[in-house]
Amino acid sequence: MTEAPAKITDKLSAAVEKMPAFPKSVQRVLEITRDINLQPKELVSVIEKDPVMTMKLLRIINSAYYNFPKQVTTVNQALVYLGLNTVKNMALSFAAAGVLPQQNAAGFDMQRYLMHSLTTASLARMVCQKFGGDADPGDCYLAGLLHDFGKVVFAQFMPGEFREALAICQEQAIPLHLAERQAIGVDHSVVGAMLVEKWQFPKLLADAINRHHGDISPENTMLCSLFVADQISKKLSMGHSGNLVVDELPPALVDRFGGNIDGIIARLGDLSRVAEEAQSFAKIGTEATA
Amino acid sequence: MKVKFWGVRGSIPSPGPKTMRYGGNTTCIEVRTDGNDLIVLDGGTGIFPLAQTLLKELPVTAHIFNTHSHWDHIHGLPFFIPIFIPGNNIHLYGAFDPISGAGPERIMSIQMQYSYFPVREAEMQSRIHYQTVMPGEMVSVGTATVTPTLLNHPVINLGYRIECNGKSVFFTGDHEPHYNIYVPGDDGYAEYQALVEEQWQSIVESIRGVDILIADSAYTRQEYPAKKGWGHGTFDSSIQLALAAGAKTLYCTHHEPTRSDDDLERVFAEALARYDGTAGLPAIRLAREGDEIEI
Ligand SMILES: [Zn+2]
Ligand SMILES: [Zn+2]
Repeated sequence: MTEAPAKITDKLSAAVEKMPAFPKSVQRVLEITRDINLQPKELVSVIEKDPVMTMKLLRIINSAYYNFPKQVTTVNQALVYLGLNTVKNMALSFAAAGVLPQQNAAGFDMQRYLMHSLTTASLARMVCQKFGGDADPGDCYLAGLLHDFGKVVFAQFMPGEFREALAICQEQAIPLHLAERQAIGVDHSVVGAMLVEKWQFPKLLADAINRHHGDISPENTMLCSLFVADQISKKLSMGHSGNLVVDELPPALVDRFGGNIDGIIARLGDLSRVAEEAQSFAKIGTEATA
Repeated sequence: MKVKFWGVRGSIPSPGPKTMRYGGNTTCIEVRTDGNDLIVLDGGTGIFPLAQTLLKELPVTAHIFNTHSHWDHIHGLPFFIPIFIPGNNIHLYGAFDPISGAGPERIMSIQMQYSYFPVREAEMQSRIHYQTVMPGEMVSVGTATVTPTLLNHPVINLGYRIECNGKSVFFTGDHEPHYNIYVPGDDGYAEYQALVEEQWQSIVESIRGVDILIADSAYTRQEYPAKKGWGHGTFDSSIQLALAAGAKTLYCTHHEPTRSDDDLERVFAEALARYDGTAGLPAIRLAREGDEIEI
């Protein structure tokens, strides 16, 4: 590929504005907004489980029009700043864009992707809360939710190239991001980071997404939480997004967390709720899960 | 500065014998700076009688600041006669609406469609300028400055603080104080509570020390639970806001359209009684159509 990443990002950013959200959240938004006694917290919990809706909401709210004292990274913040009715109507307009197809031309498994993003998000927040550091747990959640967003964008808007990347990954048994570089010229971490940067999300978030397959510096709490959560999600088979390889914790991270992945899992305690919650959301509905 | 109320009623014009004293026109406030610059806060039906008085001082330059796009704050605008007269300069300021993706220009284009209004937008003969304003970004109007603050309503609503030669007025437009959507024990309760408190504090700061606070006080404390989430304040919430911000005088406005003058005075007196003896209490009045205040 000769196209420069910046140019790809511009093209993809424009495309993403019209991107439909996941079936379950679209269905839930339509259901709960019909209820006159809508519980705001239900609306929050639907939007924050959908990477596309969350991304679209935060993209608009962080645009230049409102001048918020700090970048908005959680759906709760968006609700406080813009009000329930505005957020509700934004969600309805996202829902009106249709739903992301379960089957895409790239052959990318959207349900697994969503499971992986949701569990990584929850785990990243838990890791941040449990092990402390200078990151905000809400930001870590967002990092987890969006870390592989580049993949779903590839699947949606560059299905031919992404299909090839998935094939290379299988045939050569190499990590997906390396296969993406071969087939597309750039990998999902770079594209995901450039998108969130373009949308004026916090610089640290873009940085964590950009480096989640690179050098994990132990001082960067958000990046560490994301990296560890990503591995736990894959290790416990909570979902994956085309990449099954569980990376070992680098020695510096073993130091920081006082143990390896298994040690961290043990210290986090019962994780069954994380998987169950994600599962109930990633599935379209009991009748359509076969 | 001079402030004059041309419309103090909320939601829908409510003329009739029961609203004769406080008036039935919807929101419109005229502010004259020390340099006689004309600032108009909202274009409810009150803007129509205001327009009549302006015909004597043509050509006019009017700076209309729209708090939000609900009907009761815009439906007088197509009847603001100066917009049709060549030589006038009309500036309409308002927020960016994330749903429509448009700024205040949409307020006129939506209302002046030929099925709903006989004159088209293109036929307005004055020079009309639209300006999308942002929270915290000051706009200069002659000798005054106007600073918007994002408040809480079902659509984006900006409160405006007007300052001129050390005097100041803050108008909320429609505003319901933020409240926690979680209950104690919920996961998100503490996080949301912190956000609510942060918003309260930043709103208080934007109103800090004003000479006049004009605040949405649509409901009584008793009525409020049934209207929670509708985007309006109460007499009590306005008094608390004025107290926290150290406002010198509070005008309660956006009177509930079904409330008669007698009832309005009664519920107002009941609310005031609750604050009897409170230290630092500002002067508190009901906004009344036609009243003019000089500060
Ligand atoms: Zn109103
Ligand atoms: Zn309103």
